[in-house]
Amino acid sequence: MTMEKPGLIESATFSRDVINEIQRAADTGIYDIRGFGAKRKVPHFDDLLFLGASMSRYPLEGYREKCGTDVILGTRFAKKPIKLDTVVTIAGMSFGALSANAKEALGRGANIAGTSTTTGDGGMTPEERQNSKTLVYQYLPSRYGMNPDDLRKADAIEVVLGQGAKPGGGGMLLGQKITDRVAKMRTLPKGIDQRSACRHPDWTGPDDLAIKIQELREITDWQVPIYIKVGATRTYYDVKLAVKAGADVIVVDGMQGGTAATQDVFIEHVGIPTMAAIPQAVRALQEMGMHRKVQLIVSGGIRSGADVAKCMALGADAVAIGTAALVALGCNHPKWDDEYQKIGSAAGFYDDYHEGKCPAGISTQDPDLASRLDPVDAGRRLANYLNVLTLEAQTLARACGKSHLHNLEPEDLVALNVEAAAMAGVPLAGTDWIPGKSGY
Amino acid sequence: MEFDLKTQTVRDVNQALHDLPKDQETEVVVNNISGDHNLAVGMDQPAKITLNGHAGYYCAGMNKEAEIVVNGNVGQGVAENMMSGKVHIKGNASQSAAATAHGGLLVVDGDAAARCGISMKGVNIVVKGSVGHMSAFMGQAGCLVVCGDAGDALGDSLYEAHLYVKGKVESLGADCVQKEMRAEHIEELSALLKQAGCDDNPEDFTRYGSGRNLYNFKVDNTSAY
Repeated sequence: MTMEKPGLIESATFSRDVINEIQRAADTGIYDIRGFGAKRKVPHFDDLLFLGASMSRYPLEGYREKCGTDVILGTRFAKKPIKLDTVVTIAGMSFGALSANAKEALGRGANIAGTSTTTGDGGMTPEERQNSKTLVYQYLPSRYGMNPDDLRKADAIEVVLGQGAKPGGGGMLLGQKITDRVAKMRTLPKGIDQRSACRHPDWTGPDDLAIKIQELREITDWQVPIYIKVGATRTYYDVKLAVKAGADVIVVDGMQGGTAATQDVFIEHVGIPTMAAIPQAVRALQEMGMHRKVQLIVSGGIRSGADVAKCMALGADAVAIGTAALVALGCNHPKWDDEYQKIGSAAGFYDDYHEGKCPAGISTQDPDLASRLDPVDAGRRLANYLNVLTLEAQTLARACGKSHLHNLEPEDLVALNVEAAAMAGVPLAGTDWIPGKSGY
Repeated sequence: MEFDLKTQTVRDVNQALHDLPKDQETEVVVNNISGDHNLAVGMDQPAKITLNGHAGYYCAGMNKEAEIVVNGNVGQGVAENMMSGKVHIKGNASQSAAATAHGGLLVVDGDAAARCGISMKGVNIVVKGSVGHMSAFMGQAGCLVVCGDAGDALGDSLYEAHLYVKGKVESLGADCVQKEMRAEHIEELSALLKQAGCDDNPEDFTRYGSGRNLYNFKVDNTSAY
């Protein structure tokens, strides 16, 4: 409990944040909507450590001995699988939620780093396609901006069932971000709140999804990989059903994954941590004999090369970053602190993406604000960051004696606490104990 | 050009259709269809395609330019996300007909099941029979014409799609209201009925549209959401 001064004791139940939220709710009569991902502390990759090589393992020489970072996605059915230089990809984020300059910067950064980027709700913009060498086209329930010409231009298709920030929820792009261009792309009037549905309009359940996936394959003549993206909840079952439905690639997005606009109560109270979802997904794939055949992409709160390497060790084939990519572009940068303060926030805390007032020109449709983001410079920043993630992951893999990031394995990890050990399925550090697996 | 699904696969047919020239109109007949899914999807050519038999899911999905006639019934999601062209179903259509379609014309001679025209984005749909519940749910643009009856919650959460129903409406969905039939609507409806080959009198239809009360989120509307 925080003590301002002796005798003033903050309630653990009714903390100042809780009191503030109750008062805000009483003032406005509406729940809090915000962007970003879960802010509560949950078991995460920081709770895992690598066991570097020593007597029983043989390390690889840093900067000298090769440690591969490439990945091929979509080897199951697609005639043209995606080949990437790094396992770190860019997650789906919409034009509408983000400015056109931000979308262009994401494409430019991904190109330099040799990876893919992804569209979002609202369709594919020409700038995005032009500036993205490898572009994944999201197929969402709203089907805003969805058209077969863009589908055929895509390098892969991602059928979105949900996202980690709001599994089971749709979306809402609030009216203040609905400019003429966004409205036209979505075939809706300017200025209204645009609801994105939580369920697809023309299929229900995995049997229908299998036929839907076949439709997408027929339209694209079986050329490109088809991903299925789920928010992490009942991951074991969802992954099995996704495999049965015919996915080439499965994307599992944990609860720390970001959003452009969702109820705070949803972000903080629905879904499971990314770290807990990976072993469930991997087990499902292994039981079906599909691990490494249907590739697994993991997202939700990935920030560093250590997070990337830990995902690989737990069995992922690749990762996707969203929030971290925006931060690399310039979101929450201290140089805009004065402007964040003016809109009631501060650099490092800004999460009101839905309001369209982003001082960094990223989560906005205001032309003046958007012009602050130079897509070439921001793309370079993103590429730098992606390269750092890859180098860091390589460093850790070499230390574990691995010549490719995919050779990392759960045996390379231990957990710092019981919760992480149970969720990740690795031993508590200094013991052989894996809760739920070995002993009690 | 003729295909037979007794001896050929859906993949064979679709690939051949996709390989048709884009600068000339080709006539294609596909025989012995028995519930096959994903037939004639992703057309981007001005072909005239006749499908003989009952088709499965997503028949004519994402159609552009082609004119497709089905001599039978169709499964879920016929002409879903159609962009242009015409799809004519001589029998009945299952649920989510023309879901999210942006353009073109879908004509169903029989009935269409639930969610006909869900999230429609500019397509015109004429159903000579009746439509099921939640039809035109979140309909954004285009017209849904129903010569028979409409099920529960017609036009729920409707945006700017125009709905015309000749028969009884079981109930209207949230924010869907009856509207005045003005001259421009009679003109619009007459043209659609003519294109669909219907001789119904436009004066016998009632127009429904969005009340536009749910366009921006308001706390006071909580019970309507």
